[in-house]
Amino acid sequence: MDKFRMMFQFLQSNQESFMSGICGIMALASAQLYSAFEFNCPCLPEYNYAYGIGILIVPPIWFFLLGFVLNNNVSMLAEEWRRPTGQRRKDPAVLRYMFCSITQRSLIAPVVWISVTLMDGKSFLCAFSVNLDLRLFGNGSTPDLAKADLVRLLAKIPCKDVFDGEQVVSREAASRYLRCISQACGWTFLLLTTLVAFTVRAVRPCFTQAVFLKTKYWSHYVDIERKMFEETCTEHAKSFARICIQQYFESVGGEMQGLHGQHLHEKDKSEDEGEKPKSDEEKLLGIRAQDDMDKVLWNWHTCKPPLNVKKEDFNSANSNGTININGFSNNLQKPDPPKKEWVAYYSKV
Amino acid sequence: MDRLKLVLQYFQSNSESISNGICVILALISVKLYTSFDFNCPCIPQYNKLYALGVMFVPPVILFFLGVIINRHTGVMMEEWVRPPGKRTKNPAVVKYLCSAMMQRALLAPMVWVLVTLLDGKCFVCAFSMSVDPRHFTGIPNNTGIDLVRLMAKVPCKEDAVFRNSTFRKAVTRYVRCYSQAIGWSILLFLILLGAIGRVVKPCFDHATFLQTRYWSNYLDIEQKLFDETCVLHAREFARKCVHQFFQSMQEDMQLRLQLPPPHCHPHHRDEEYEDEDHLHGITRDEQVDRVLNTWYFCRPELDVTKTAHQPKVYITWEDHNGRTLFSDV
Repeated sequence: MDKFRMMFQFLQSNQESFMSGICGIMALASAQLYSAFEFNCPCLPEYNYAYGIGILIVPPIWFFLLGFVLNNNVSMLAEEWRRPTGQRRKDPAVLRYMFCSITQRSLIAPVVWISVTLMDGKSFLCAFSVNLDLRLFGNGSTPDLAKADLVRLLAKIPCKDVFDGEQVVSREAASRYLRCISQACGWTFLLLTTLVAFTVRAVRPCFTQAVFLKTKYWSHYVDIERKMFEETCTEHAKSFARICIQQYFESVGGEMQGLHGQHLHEKDKSEDEGEKPKSDEEKLLGIRAQDDMDKVLWNWHTCKPPLNVKKEDFNSANSNGTININGFSNNLQKPDPPKKEWVAYYSKV
Repeated sequence: MDRLKLVLQYFQSNSESISNGICVILALISVKLYTSFDFNCPCIPQYNKLYALGVMFVPPVILFFLGVIINRHTGVMMEEWVRPPGKRTKNPAVVKYLCSAMMQRALLAPMVWVLVTLLDGKCFVCAFSMSVDPRHFTGIPNNTGIDLVRLMAKVPCKEDAVFRNSTFRKAVTRYVRCYSQAIGWSILLFLILLGAIGRVVKPCFDHATFLQTRYWSNYLDIEQKLFDETCVLHAREFARKCVHQFFQSMQEDMQLRLQLPPPHCHPHHRDEEYEDEDHLHGITRDEQVDRVLNTWYFCRPELDVTKTAHQPKVYITWEDHNGRTLFSDV
């Protein structure tokens, strides 16, 4: 029981909690990056808007792409999308599910950056100070400034130490006003994002719950299958290498023949005990040549096997169309393992 | 038996205490968010009230929805609510219980935000400084040339030039903040009283039904967790078998070239600590898996495990060649 618990936790934690952890770390990183970043408004009419909006929009795009890069499941999605059909159909719903979950996780850090930027207000102030309405903030006495001069003055509002038009416009009041608008936009943005997330998470079970269970299972299956295949290949490679080296040494020194026989004998003994782990020979799974291994790896991608692991009766026709070499294999294969039978003894009482 | 009890306790405590923990964490996050948020009153008559009330009420809405999203029971409740009856009748009381528990947990963080806002007072000062009658306070600067409303609207902004060296602003701020704190403490007292009365009075009404609904809502939560767990284990076994079978099928293609039979390549001879077959539960094809998941949703099984729980025991009687009983389990 405990073993199941630990294994399940390991499996679960490995996939979902790990990705959520990365997600959280990226969100914190984006908040920290913003506070460490020294915002430096150019205070020039031509560049203010570009700088302010650029700081608001470009880092989120960067974080979004970074989320895709850091997510392991992206390569899994690409692989599943591009593989030839082989003996296994492709399910577009599974691909969509994988893509959606990757996108959702990658969107968190950009949302955090945009909210923090809007709440702080500096980028808004920088971008929109030239559009200020002077009637609200004029200081009463407005000298007749040329339009270009006025615009240049307004552009200097974000820079405290450069601003020199206190008699024309109150810098404090204007910056307060713009920051207030920026914060209102920030809260609105957060509210909308939360509503969308709520709709997706809480209302979705009303629609397509059965399909959702299916796609969740199969996307998890694809991930696990890929990991198991890599594990099996690694084990095979290890055994292949070990036996290859052993055979090389044997071929170099012919007197190693005796050892080889002894080795086989030891193997039989361990078979009887049934407790030793699989020997290297077993781990090879019958694939002992480079061409064969290449064929295995090639076929794994171009012709994925069907999702059917029943122990097929080799005399009946296979639905998946693999080569049926009954004539040769029946003589060479070991007999099927004995069927388990439940025997009931009835007492005479 | 003991191990089973431990597991059940673990599930029970784990689910509720995790939800409570997340709830408290969200409340702490809301406090931290308020302290790190730079409150920025516009000090303009038309916008003061809008801004302040916005800051007081919009974040609680966001925190409420966040609380609902993060809670695990939301999914359990929604699934129980919308599923077709199948072989198991639906119990609306359970859905209502789950809903109310989820709402209570989700309302904690918004209440904390509102209370912190009121106790701090900045929002109130920003929103209601214009409603104060300035005649109660001395020292009002009357040589600035701006009208009264705009003057009062500037009270929340301490760095404004109008109020330099003036005690008027501080007096008005203190007055409004005092109101704000009084309201905050009253709300807190009211909520605590409500909670206390609710806890005390609830067992007087329908306690037996409450015990039942609480049990079944816990059960639903545990059942969903176990189903997900079983699916994960099944997927792992399925994947392992599929990969092995693939390697075997490739090897059979190559059998013609081998002189000797393939050495011991039947993985199921391994003496494993748990049975592979057990985890697959006989479900070995993709259509079968799809059917299992579909049936789980559309036709939930009945709550009756008598067949599995009470399996007939095997009683063995040993007899010698004459038919005499040597030993018997009966």
